Amino acid sequence: MIQNVPLSYVLIVSTLMFFIGIYGFLTRRNLITMLMSVELILNSVNINFVAFNRYLYPQAFQGHFFAMIVIAIAAAEAAVAIAIIINIYRNFRSIDVENVDQMKF
Amino acid sequence: MTDYTYTLLIPLIPLVFFLFIGLTGHKMKPIVSGLIGTMGLGIGAILSYITAFNYFILNHAAETGYHSIKAFDITWLHLTDKLTINLGILIDPISVMMLVVITTVSLMVHIYSLGYMKGDPGFYRFFSFLSLFSFSMLGLVLATNIFQMYIFWELVGVSSFLLIGYYYEKPSAVAASKKAFIVTRFADLGFLIGILMLSFNTGTFDFQTLVDPAGPALATKGAAAFMGMSVLTWSMIFIFMGGAGKSAMFPLHIWLPDAMEGPTPVSALIHAATMVVAGVYLVARLFPVYSLGAPDALHVVAWVGGISSLFAAVIACTQTDIKRVLAYSTMSQIGYMMLSLGVSGYGGEEGLGFMASNFHLFTHAMFKALLFLGAGAVIHAVHSNDMKDMGGLRKYLPITHITFLIACITIAGIPPFSAFFSKDEILVAAFHSNKILFAIEYFVAGLTAFYMFRLYYNIFWGKNTHYHHTPHEAPKVMTIPLMILAFGAIFAGFLPFNEWVTSDGMGLEKHTVWAIAIPSVLIGVAGILLATLFYKSETAIPDRLAGTFKNLYKWAYHKFYIDEVYLFVTKKIIFQYISAPIAWFDRHIVDGTMNGIAGVTQYVSYHIRGLQSGKLHQYAYVFVSGVVILVIIFVAFM
Amino acid sequence: MFEQITFFVIAAIILVFSVLTVTSRKILRSAVYLLFVLIATAVLYFMLNYNFLAAVQLTVYAGGIVVLIIFSILLTSHISERAVMAPLKQSLLSALATLAGATLVLMVILGFNFVPNTTPVADQTIREIGLALVSYQRDGFALPFEVISILLLAAMIGAIVVAKKEKLILPGKKEMIENTENNSEQ
Repeated sequence: MIQNVPLSYVLIVSTLMFFIGIYGFLTRRNLITMLMSVELILNSVNINFVAFNRYLYPQAFQGHFFAMIVIAIAAAEAAVAIAIIINIYRNFRSIDVENVDQMKF
Repeated sequence: MTDYTYTLLIPLIPLVFFLFIGLTGHKMKPIVSGLIGTMGLGIGAILSYITAFNYFILNHAAETGYHSIKAFDITWLHLTDKLTINLGILIDPISVMMLVVITTVSLMVHIYSLGYMKGDPGFYRFFSFLSLFSFSMLGLVLATNIFQMYIFWELVGVSSFLLIGYYYEKPSAVAASKKAFIVTRFADLGFLIGILMLSFNTGTFDFQTLVDPAGPALATKGAAAFMGMSVLTWSMIFIFMGGAGKSAMFPLHIWLPDAMEGPTPVSALIHAATMVVAGVYLVARLFPVYSLGAPDALHVVAWVGGISSLFAAVIACTQTDIKRVLAYSTMSQIGYMMLSLGVSGYGGEEGLGFMASNFHLFTHAMFKALLFLGAGAVIHAVHSNDMKDMGGLRKYLPITHITFLIACITIAGIPPFSAFFSKDEILVAAFHSNKILFAIEYFVAGLTAFYMFRLYYNIFWGKNTHYHHTPHEAPKVMTIPLMILAFGAIFAGFLPFNEWVTSDGMGLEKHTVWAIAIPSVLIGVAGILLATLFYKSETAIPDRLAGTFKNLYKWAYHKFYIDEVYLFVTKKIIFQYISAPIAWFDRHIVDGTMNGIAGVTQYVSYHIRGLQSGKLHQYAYVFVSGVVILVIIFVAFM
Repeated sequence: MFEQITFFVIAAIILVFSVLTVTSRKILRSAVYLLFVLIATAVLYFMLNYNFLAAVQLTVYAGGIVVLIIFSILLTSHISERAVMAPLKQSLLSALATLAGATLVLMVILGFNFVPNTTPVADQTIREIGLALVSYQRDGFALPFEVISILLLAAMIGAIVVAKKEKLILPGKKEMIENTENNSEQ
C-alpha cells in the first residue's frame, strides 16, 4: 500500500471526515445524531494515527495502540452519552438539544 | 570637657512614658498613670538641673565664653552629600536655660494636674498627652539642625491640638483645637519655605554651621536681591513667619484666646510658658544669622513684637473671661520678648536685647504659669471662668490669693521681684535702639499693670458675690506648685543671666540704668493705683469710662474684629471661589471617571452575558471558530 | 494499481456516506450510513495491514456502538420521524467555519513533504500485540491498558447510575429524598 498510495491521500480522507463530523455536530439538533458526528470525528483521528504509524514509523506500535485505546474510549463515551440522553428524554420527552439550555446567565 | 550624653534621657523618658501610659493607661488606676507621668518629668527636671549646673557653673567657661556643644548626633537621612538630616542634641546657653524652664514648669503642671483633673474620665489620656508634649518641646529646644527643629515644631503643634481638644465632646473645644492647628500649620508653611530657601543657599541645615560668623550662611548675605532684599533676608522673614504663628504674634494670634478651651494646666504649660515661646526661641537660635546677615528681618521682628504687645494689652483691658485676659497678657509679654530680640545687636554690649529677651522668657515662664495655675484654682473653686461670677474670694482661697498677688506684682515690674529686672533690661535695649518702640513698650508696661490688677481685684476683692456653695481652697497637690512657682517668680531675678546667656557667649557687664528703671517702676505703680481706684471696691467708674470711649471700648471688646476678617476671607472668598470649584472637580470629574468606568463595565457585561446562552451549538461553534482563527493567526504571522 | 483503485473506492465510500450521515433526515438511515462508514474504515485498516485493529474496529465500533445507537434511537423517537434541520444561518456559518478549517489543514498537509519509511517490517501477530499490551518494559503498554480498564469501569458505573429509573437510595437518606420530592412536587 505504501508504495502506490501516498500518505497525503489518506490524510486528506481523514481530514475531510473530521470536518464533516464537525459540520454535523454544529448543525444537527437531535442529540443522537450529534453523537454519531462525534463518532465520525473519533474515527478520522484513528485513521490519522494508523496512517502515520504505518507510513512513517513502521516498526513502532504507538499509533496502533493509541487507535485501539481511542476505540475503547469511544465505546465508553458512547455508553455514558446514551445513558444521559435517555435521562434527558425522560425529563423533556424529546431529545432536541435546544431543550437543554438551563445552564445560562 | 564634660560628657553631656545623659541629656539624651531628658526628652526620651517622657516619650517612653507617653507610649506606655497611652497604650496601657486604661488598665491601671488613674492615679498610677498620673504618678508615672510626673515621675518621668521629675527625672527630667533633675537631669536638667544637673546639666545646667555642669554647663554654667562647673565648666568655668565664663572666661572663654559659653560655646555650643553637640552632645549627641546621628545621621538620620543621608539623601545626597549636601542634603543630610541629622538628629542630635545641642547644648548651648539658651537650650540649657529652656531645658530648666520646660522641665520645671512641666513638672509643676503635672503635680497640679494630679489634683485638677481628678475624677476626669480621660485622666490617663491627659497625662500621656502631657508627656508627649514635654517630649516634643524638649526635642525642639535640643535640636541641632533646623530640620530637626521643624519636625519637633510640628510635633508640638500636634500635642497642642490634642490637648486643646481634650474635652472633645465640647464643640467649642474641637473648633478651637482645629483653629490652633490650622493657623500654626499655615504659619509653618512660611517656616518651611524659609528653611528650604536658607538651606538651599547655604548648603546646610546645621545650626552650628549656620550661626558661625565665618561660615557659609553669613557669606551669602550680599547675594541675589529680590525686591530690594537679599535672599537671606527673605528666608529669615519666612522663618520668622513660622515663629510668629507659633508665638501668637499679630496677625496670626487668633488661635491663642480660643486655645483657652483646653484644661487650665494645659494653658499654663503650653500657652504660657513653653510652646508659645518657641517662636522667640527660634529667633534666638538663629540670632547671629538675623543680626549679622539680615538686619532688615530683625526690624520686622521688632515691629511685629511691638505692635502685638500693644494690641494685646488694649484688648486685655476689656475682657471678662479670666483665662482670656491671661492669654492676651501672654501675647503681650511675648511681644516684649520679640521686640527685645529685634532691637538687639550682636556681641558685647550690643547684645543686651538678646540677653534681656531670654531673661524675660525665663521669668515670664515662672509667673505666667503661676497666674494660670492660680486661675485654675479659682475656676476649680467657683466653676466659672467669668469675672462677673467672682468677687471677694480672698477670704476663701488664701494661698491662691497670696501667690496670685505675688505674680501680679511681678508682672507689673515692681522690684525686687524678677520681672522688674528682665523688663527693665528690655526697656533699656529698646531705648538705645528705637525711641518709638521704647515709647510703645513703656505705655504697654503701664497697661500691663493696669489690666493685671483689674483682674486681681475683680477676682479677690470687689463685690461680695453670693456663691451657691462656699468655694474651698484647692487641695495641697494644687497649692504646692503654686508656692514653688511663686518662689521662682520672686527670686529668679537674681540669676546672673548677663554672664550666662548672651548673644555671643561672652558675659555682659550688668549695670542698672536708673534713668529708665525708675520711670518704669513709676508707670507700673501708676497702673496699679488706677486699677485699685476702679476695681478694688465696686464702683461705677469703669462703666462710665466705657461709656465715654464707647467706640474704642467696643472695638477692644470685640478684639478689633480680626476674627471676623479671617472668617470673611475664608468663608466668602476661599471657600466659595477656590474650595467649591475644586470640590466640584473632585466630585464630578475624578469620582465621575471612576463611576464612569464602573458604569461602562456594567453596561458591557450586561450586553455580553448573552454569550452564555446555554445552547450547546453556540458553544461548539465559537470553539471551532476560535481554534480556526487562532491557527490562521499562527500560520499566517509566524 | 489494484491497491490504488481499492483505496479510491474505499475513500469515496467513506466520504459519501459520512456526508449522508450528517445530512440525512431520517435518523435510522443516519445510523445505517454510519455503519457503512465504520465498515469502510475497517477495510482501510485491513489494507494497511493492521488486521487486529480492523477486527477490533468491526467488533466494537460497528458491532457495539452502532447497535447501541440504534437501540437508543428506537427508545427515544418514532422510527419514521423526520428530523428538523437547522436554520439556514446556522448551516451557513457552520459550513463556513468547517470549510475554513478544512482548507487550513489541507494546505498544511499538502505543503509538507512526507517521506515514507520503506523498510520492510514483519506484520504484527496477535501474540506480539498481546505481549506488548501487558509489557511494562520500555515499549510496553501496560499503563495505558490499566488506565483504560479503569475508565471502562467508571463508564460502566456512570452509565448505570445515570440511567437508572428510580433514585439511588443510600441508607439514611430516604427521608431526605422524600422531603425533596415533596418540596419539588409543591
